[in-house]
Parts: sequence; C-alpha cells; structure tokens
Amino acid sequence: MTLQEAQSSRTAATTAVPSRSVVERLIRARELSLVIIIIALIAGTAGAQPSYLFSQGGWRDLLRGPAMLIVVAIGEAMVILTRNIDLSVGSILGLTTYLCGDLMHLTSLPNVVIVVIGLAFGAALGLINGLLVAFLNVPSLVITLGTQYAFRGVAVLWIGGRFIRPEWVPNSFKHFGLSQILTIPWLLVVAVIVMLASGWFLSSRRTGREFYALGSNPDAAILYGLRTRQLTLIPFVLSGLLAGLGGIIYLSIFATGDSKVGFGFEFQAIAAAVVGGVAITGGSGRIWGVALGGFFLATLNTALPVLNVPSLWQQAVVGLLIVAAITLDRALFVARQRQARKAVHA
Amino acid sequence: MTAISTEKNAKAPPTYLVHDKSLFRRVWLRPEAVLSSSIVLIVVLSMLLVPNYLRPSADYTFSTLLLNAIPILFLLLPVTLIIATGDIDLSVSSVLGLSSAVFGLGYQAGIPIWLAALLGVIVGGGVGIVNGVLVTIIGLPSLAVTIGTLALFRGIAVGLLGTTAITNFPPPLTKFFSGSIPGTPIPWQVLFWLAPVIAFAVLLHFTPFGRGIFAIGRSSEMATFSGVNVVRTRLILFVLSGLVAGAVGVFFTLQYSNAIGSNGSGFELQVVTAIVLGGVSIWGGRGTLLGAIAGGLFIASFSKSLQILGVGDDAIYVITGSALIISVVVSSISGRVSIRRRRKGSPTPAGGE
Amino acid sequence: MSHLLEIRGVKKSFGAVAALVTADFVLDAGSIHALVGENGAGKSTLVKIIGGLHGRDDGQFLLEGNPVNFHSTAAAKDAGIAVIYQEPTLFPDLSVAENIFVGRQPYTNYGTIDRAEMRRATRELIGRLGVSIDPDREARGLSIADQQIVEIAKSISLNAKVVIMDEPTASLSGAEVDRLMGIARQLRDEDKGLIFISHRFDEVFSLCDTITVMRDGAYIATNPTSAVTEDEVIRQMVGRSVDNLFPKQEAKIGDVVLDVQALTSAGVFSDVSFQVRSGEIVCLAGLVGAGRSEIARAIFGVDRYDSGSVKLSHNEVPKHEPSGAMKLGIGFVPEDRRKQGFALTASVQTNIALTIRSSLAKLGILTSGMEVSNAATWAHRLQVKTRALDTEAGMLSGGNQQKVVLAKWLATEPKLLIVDEPTRGIDVGTKAEVHRLISELAGTGVAVLMISSELPEVLGMADRVLVVHEGRITEEFAREDATPEAVMYAATHAPEVVPT
Repeated sequence: MTLQEAQSSRTAATTAVPSRSVVERLIRARELSLVIIIIALIAGTAGAQPSYLFSQGGWRDLLRGPAMLIVVAIGEAMVILTRNIDLSVGSILGLTTYLCGDLMHLTSLPNVVIVVIGLAFGAALGLINGLLVAFLNVPSLVITLGTQYAFRGVAVLWIGGRFIRPEWVPNSFKHFGLSQILTIPWLLVVAVIVMLASGWFLSSRRTGREFYALGSNPDAAILYGLRTRQLTLIPFVLSGLLAGLGGIIYLSIFATGDSKVGFGFEFQAIAAAVVGGVAITGGSGRIWGVALGGFFLATLNTALPVLNVPSLWQQAVVGLLIVAAITLDRALFVARQRQARKAVHA
Repeated sequence: MTAISTEKNAKAPPTYLVHDKSLFRRVWLRPEAVLSSSIVLIVVLSMLLVPNYLRPSADYTFSTLLLNAIPILFLLLPVTLIIATGDIDLSVSSVLGLSSAVFGLGYQAGIPIWLAALLGVIVGGGVGIVNGVLVTIIGLPSLAVTIGTLALFRGIAVGLLGTTAITNFPPPLTKFFSGSIPGTPIPWQVLFWLAPVIAFAVLLHFTPFGRGIFAIGRSSEMATFSGVNVVRTRLILFVLSGLVAGAVGVFFTLQYSNAIGSNGSGFELQVVTAIVLGGVSIWGGRGTLLGAIAGGLFIASFSKSLQILGVGDDAIYVITGSALIISVVVSSISGRVSIRRRRKGSPTPAGGE
Repeated sequence: MSHLLEIRGVKKSFGAVAALVTADFVLDAGSIHALVGENGAGKSTLVKIIGGLHGRDDGQFLLEGNPVNFHSTAAAKDAGIAVIYQEPTLFPDLSVAENIFVGRQPYTNYGTIDRAEMRRATRELIGRLGVSIDPDREARGLSIADQQIVEIAKSISLNAKVVIMDEPTASLSGAEVDRLMGIARQLRDEDKGLIFISHRFDEVFSLCDTITVMRDGAYIATNPTSAVTEDEVIRQMVGRSVDNLFPKQEAKIGDVVLDVQALTSAGVFSDVSFQVRSGEIVCLAGLVGAGRSEIARAIFGVDRYDSGSVKLSHNEVPKHEPSGAMKLGIGFVPEDRRKQGFALTASVQTNIALTIRSSLAKLGILTSGMEVSNAATWAHRLQVKTRALDTEAGMLSGGNQQKVVLAKWLATEPKLLIVDEPTRGIDVGTKAEVHRLISELAGTGVAVLMISSELPEVLGMADRVLVVHEGRITEEFAREDATPEAVMYAATHAPEVVPT
C-alpha cells in the first residue's frame, strides 16, 4: 500500500464512522429502558398490592403524583444542560406553596390570578439566582446553596410554626387536583404540556439549541459569539418558574403545607434529570428522558413502601440513583471517546 | 533591555525584599484579621446592647456559643484543604449523620462504646474513600459526586435508624462532651479539637504535601508538570474528610446524647460558608485554615447574638445563606478590581523592560 | 477601488510584552494571501484582532474601505469575517448541521427549526466541498479534517467575505491537504478573500497569490508569489544574523545521559530513538503539531506511551510518573508557561521551591523561610527582576516569568533539562539571557533537549538538530550542516523515501 492510499483510506475511514455504534445505541436506549423499568415496577407493585393500580384512587395517585417532580426536574434539567446547577428549587417550591396558600386565605383573588402570582414569584426567585451566577462568575453551586438556605430561612421566619389549613384552599382548586379527563388526572396533563412545551423549546427554537451549545463547549460559545450571559440566566428563571409551578401542584394535591414543604426536593429533581439522561457536565440530554426519570423516581417513592421497603430508605435510593447515573454516563462517555479515537487512527 | 545592561546587573546582583507589601497591609487587610476584629466587635456590642446576653452567666453564653460552633470547626478542617485543591465536599454533614447512626446502633447492640465509636470513624473513612475514588479515579466532578453522596449517606443514616432516636448514652461521657472545663467557658471538646487543628494547619501550610495542595488548586496541570501526585493528594484529602466527619459524628452524638438520622443536617452550608467567608477561594489555590476557623467563629457568634435577641434559631439559615452569597460576591468583585489594577499598574516594579 | 481588508500600523501589547509592533496587511477579494512568520511573529495576534477576539491598541482597520472596530467575535462574524482556528471549536454534543447553523437555524412558518431545510443546506454546503459527512451525526468524534470541513462550511453559510485559516493543514494528511486546497481555490473563485497561515512552503507556494512576511510583531514584506523564491521568504522570516544572538559556548560532550529507544504512542509519534549526551544540546525541530512536545511529555511521564523505553544514565525512567522522572534527574520547562509552567497567583518563592519542596523540608516541615532562602539563591543566579520574593509571579513580565520557571527546574539540579519553546513570548533581551543560561548549563555537563519553532534559536544553540515530521524523526543535522534552508525544508517536506 502506498502512502497516498493509506492516507485516502484513512480519510475514508473517518467519514465512514458509523454514527450508531453499540455505545451510541446504549445511550439512546436510556428512555426505552426507563419505560421498561417503570412498567416492571408498576406491575410488580400492583402484583403485591392490586389496589396500587386497580382502584380509582390508586390509578389517579399513580398518575398525578409524579406531576410535581416532573415539572421541577424539567426546570433543573435546563440549568444542568448549560453546565450549572440549581440547589434552590426545593426552597422556591416551598415558598411558593406557602405564598399561594396565604393568598387564598387572605384575599379572594381568583385561582388563576393566584397561580400567575405564584409562577411569577418563582421566576423572580430564579432571576435572583440567574443574575448572581451570570454576572459574578461565581460557581452556581455556591450561589444556589446560599439561596437554598436563604429562601428556606425566609420561609421559616415567615411561616414559623403555622401551616396552610385545608379550609383556606378553595374547593375549586382542590377539585382541580382531583379531576381527571378520560381517567387521566389534569395535573399529569399539566406536566405533559410542560414537557411538550419545554421539549419543543429546547429542540426547535434557536435559544433552546444555544443552551446545549453553551453547556457543550463554553469556550467555543464565546468564540462563536453566543450571548453567554443571557443563556446562563434564562434557565435559572425557567427553573424558578417551574419550581413555583411545582409548589402550586403540591398545594392542589395536599391542600396544606408548612415551612418544610419541598425540603430536600432539589435532590429528587437532580436525580430525575441525571437518571433521565442529562449529562451532569452539561450539553446533552432530552426532556422526555427527564420526564420519564421524574415519573420513575416518584413511582419508586410510592412503590417502595408497598414492596415492604420502609419509605425511610427513599432518600438513600435517590442518592444512589444520582451516583449510579453519573457514573454510568461517565463510563459511556469514556467508552465513546475510546471508540472515536480508534476510528480516527484506524 | 540590552545585553550590556545585563552584564552590569551580573556584577551587582539584585537584592530582594522578602515581602512586597507593608507589614500593615499583610496583617491587617487579611480576611482573618477583619473577621477576628468583627467577632470581637460582635461580642462586645452584644454585651453592651443585647439584653440578657450574659444571662445566666458569661461562661454559659460563651460555652454554648462554642459548643454550637465546635462541629463546624471540626468539619471545616479537612474541607478547607479540599477546597484549596479546587474540589468540594458537600457530603460531610451526611457522613456525620451516618457515623452517628452507626455509633448509636452499635452502642445499642451492646458492643463496647469505644468499639462503636471506632466503627463510626471507620465508616466515615470508608465513605470518604467512596467519594475520593469516584472523584479521582472515575474522574467525576466532585460537586456532582458529593451532592449525590450527600443524599445517599443521609438516606442510609435515616434508613438505618428509622424513626428511633438512641439517647441512653453513658451520662459521664455525654456530660463530658457537652460540658466545659470548670471555671472556664471552654468546652472539653475544644481540647480534642486542638490536635487536629494543629495537624491540619501544619499539613496545609508547613509541609511539602500542603504545597502540593495549593499547587493543584492553582492549576492541576502545572502541579502534574511539577511532580505533584495529583490523584493521590486529592484521594487522601477525601479520606481525611470522611475520617474527621466520622469522628465528629461520634462527638456530636455524645454532646447531645442523641443518635438520630438527621444529625448534622445542613452543616455543609455552614462549613462552606465559614471557609469562603474566611478568604479561601472557592476556585482553589488560596486561603488559610486560620481564616476558615475565623469564618466559623464569626457565624457562631453572630447567630448566638441573634438567637438571644429572639430572632429564632431559624434566622441562622437566612444569615448563613446570605453571608455565603455576600462573601462570594465580594470576593468576585474584589478579584476583578485587583486584576484591573494589575493590568494598569507597572508589571515589573524593579525591572526595566 | 478599495481593498477588501486593510490593516495599517496596528499595535497590540499584552502587559509588558508587545505582540504586534506595527502590523500592515492588505487583502483583496478573489485572492489567497499567505501570512508567514516564525512562531511569536504576531500572526495569531493579528488574526485574533481581525476576528474580534482582541481589541487593538492603535492603528487602522478598514473593511471594504470603511473603518471598523469589533468588540466581539459576533460583530466580526456579522461583518463577514470567518476565522477557522487551528484547533476547530465545535460544540461536540450538537449535530454537524446544528454546528453550522447554531444561532441562525432556519425556521418553518410555525416558528420551529426547519430540520429538513437545515439538513438539506448542510448536505449542499458540505457537498460543495466535495465530501460527505452525515449532517445528523454529532460533532464529537469527527476527525480534525472533518471538523475543519464543518468550520469551512460554516463560513460559507455565513456568506463570509473574508475567510481566515490559521494553520489549517497542521494536523492533516496529504489527501486531506489536497482537498482543503481545492476548497480554498474554489472560495477564491467565488470572489472571497482568504488569509492562509501555514508553515508548509510547498502549500503556500502552490496555493497563494501573495505572501506577507511578519517577524517579531512587525510587517516585513509583501511579495507576489510569482516574484519570489522559497529561500528569499525564509530569509525574510529569519531576518537577523544567526551567529550573534546565540552564544553557544563550547562544552565538553560526555557520556550518554538520555537514551530513548523506539518510543511509540499510537497516532501521536512512532519509533522515536535518539540519545542526548552530557554537555550536549539537542534540538527537536519541526512544525507545530509534528509531535515534538508530545515526545518530550512522554519522556517526562506526563503522557502515557504504548511502547519503547526511556533510560536516564542507564536507569529506566518510570512510565507516566513525573515525580519518578524528577527523582532520576529530569527537569522539564513546558511549552505553555501560564498553564503548565508556573502558578500565576503564587509567589515567586513558592513557585521556585515547588519542585524541591520535599528535599527542602526538614523532618517533613517546610516553612516559607526555607523557601525564601532557596528562592533567593536561584532568583539571584537567574537575575529575576522582581521587587520582592513574595510578589505574585503573574505580576512579572513574560521573560521574568520564564526565568522563574527555569529557576524552579535548575533548583532540582537536573542531569537532563528538557526545554519546550523556552523563549516563546518573551522580549529579545531576556531571550539572550535565557540562551546564555541554557548554554552555561550545558557547559556544566547537563544534557539539554530543546524544542523550538524558531529556526535561529535552533541553529544557534544546538549541537545536533533532529527534525520531527509527522511523528517521526526524519532527518538529523550536525551543528555545522544545519542551515536554515535545509532544516526548514526537512520540516516542511515528507522524507523522499516513500515507505512501502
């Protein structure tokens, strides 16, 4: 073989790298395996206790329970996509729940207005995070660890030992939490709408794609001339907004709440995102994967007690899933790199 | 600069000052000094202005202040070193909880208390290895790993203990760990603390290992090129962190005579805040252990005054969270100002280039 | 008629170092203009100013006759300037099509990104370049050549009037280079202006219409390619008289210190064997990307290698363990001073004492006093210009920073000192001092392995020159046989013998 031939075969090899390798397929299988795991989990649990699935309340709770986690996890995922993290979603959720509950108690505003206020409030708290991270060049971890406690502290100071009384919450609002359309709870419909909207935004709008670009290679984003500050800020606002929505969903399900609402919920949101296939280092992941991750985690939380695992182990499971998911992603990434290198030098 | 002037310099070699800045700027414009003065100021102002600050006695006030602070003061020792390398360990508070659970359960199961305590410390060291291996060998970001293990270790602690609380620890021990040296406001625990403080301070500031820590924090690539074993150094620090958090789990349990799953919950915030407040750069490579300790005492004295003022224990969340944000904001802005000053100023005060 | 792009008297300094003294450059539409010069001549700085990454301190910048002043890369891009950097900067997680169109993807009537249209446009763009890359595959894992194709497609889709290629061929193979040159000619025929930066003269001469030479941050000459020879361009690049600047002293050449046998790292370098004797300065010459630094990094243990052996004074140097290499007596002044050489935020004394921190310590204890006494000795010996020893090393000028790095390694009293681009980005006066130091060091019996892209430095310092071409040592020159022309020729051309 002459040198010229060797070189042209090398060129051919690089362009002919199969874009769907085994590793690639494993990554793409993430959502499918989640669906299978969820079905198996539900089937197994229903086998142990049929009313878990085959009763009106069981069916409804199974479907509406995950709504809160799904919407909050989607917000968290957008932040993680841009190579940041938001540890304050649990606190934002709690504060919004209480704000809305108090507004229902103290005012006679229509539900819609209260919901809008709650969403705006969540977004405003997210804006605080976003501004601090985007303009100060400080790790989002530190900023949102700080706001997590600051927001929680505000909730504790404001609420103290009080709690939202169920009678404060208008019946129409509670009814919405219970109502179904074609046996599908409205709350799940809300979560699905959020999923579709944000999935569409991330995959089909320029700004959404720029989130991926920024998380994928921040240096290139600067060289390319992307508006990196805006792209850092917007996900935090959306995350705050969706955490606010999570708080509203909480209120419509439980119609009560104290200063501890949403405590530790950031871990669940992060776990749902990384289990759903969002890379903790940013730049890759799909929203419906996140939604499935959220559905899986929430279902697991209700299934564990039925399966005779005390609910106390819930948090350990969440932690384990986070560690396992990022380790798996890392292993797949390394395998892929190795494959790519082999292809180039083949 | 020409070759000729080089020759001249060669005949009269330059002499160097040991320090660039004046003694005043080196000592008094440091975060340690600012914080220590603030602590004194807070205490003095509180004595003057806060009613009941010294009730029932000054000794009581200061010993409770120190007892509240002591777990944080322990935990921040290894975490300061970890942050100096540019990593972070958020899981210390959960390791504390896990060790507390293991210690409590071991004691309840009837094994000798010293063995139960040792078990708690060993478990701490073990989970430290888990963190360290995931970060250094698997190559995951320490932030992501320790967020995961923060949930995981806490979850195991809660799962192990369930809703029970183990409270029947031997009174002499609990009295010792919650008590103070007679006639002083200084808790006995401070004596236990002194040895690790000295050890960690020496390790960070006065050993080749410590130079390696700062080198990694400044640039881990540069450290590798200078012969620092980056993987080993980071791994050792995570193990040390686990061991210390394990020991604190035992002390904390005895101090409050209570082993529950939520022991130490939220301490990671106070630890990180104390360290950043104390002038240790969150990016690594800069800071002192003394500063971190001053940061811890600052939070403790401030929240003590607020607590006596009746603002409530929960105010500490707002205070600490805000303090963390303010301190990173200030250091970020002052960092930018000093870079700008550096760009403007003459880069070689004594050079002629 | 005005020129497409015109640069007059542009100046740029970074701190104390002047990167551009006076840059002049004129580009016409429908032409390919080569920009050549040694490393550090200011080509990259000029490119970054044109591309909007750096501002300029002084001078004029006209685009189609209008004065412009870019404050961001986005502004330059909007004005029709596309820069293709040597290391392409793609988004690895995005598809090829999205990498080309990110931020300006076509929308359908429903406000959704029109993937079909984007795919079609990408296929067409890449097809015009005579290759086929799946528009839907992720950019991660593309070969450098394919990444460059994507970058070029991006610049075409931007409808850029000016396309700058910064050493695009450095990591390409022969067939890939031919393809790239075909594309460049095609762009020229579409009336675009191309700036082509390369060290490979065969490419420059076969492709470009005009050649502008820069040296030491200044404009030297612009020649029509037809009116100039390779030798003349090399002379313009090298410029100064070689002998005066580099006072290599006579040194007694002794026993073999470094013995490298058949060192191979797949895809990086292969079958590298050479020796360096005590008192000898051996230079690895060659183009950027030829694998010189990678060989040095493998010897020192920063990088892994697949096979072969490295011995220092007959002792096996451990693989992938810099501290082991240091123990045997190897010192390494790395290429990237700011990232690898020293810590900007650490004091002069801490930097110097870092390599010998273990031997300085007494009973395991190391105080800053011990560092000071050690650092002062070396700072004196190297005449580091700093007011105090606890000054942050980042505050010093480039030359003095490099002296700190040298001090840090001389303090280890090495038997072999590897210096990678020891005078990059430092002023001429300090350069001479660094050369004197290295030469003195060889005089005391230290073996020196030097990597340099500056020919005069190579020719002035080296006892022997080894030319590295595409990961292999292809040529060896003794000091007396090494002429600039011969070394440059060997570095830019594959060896005559085609391997079978």
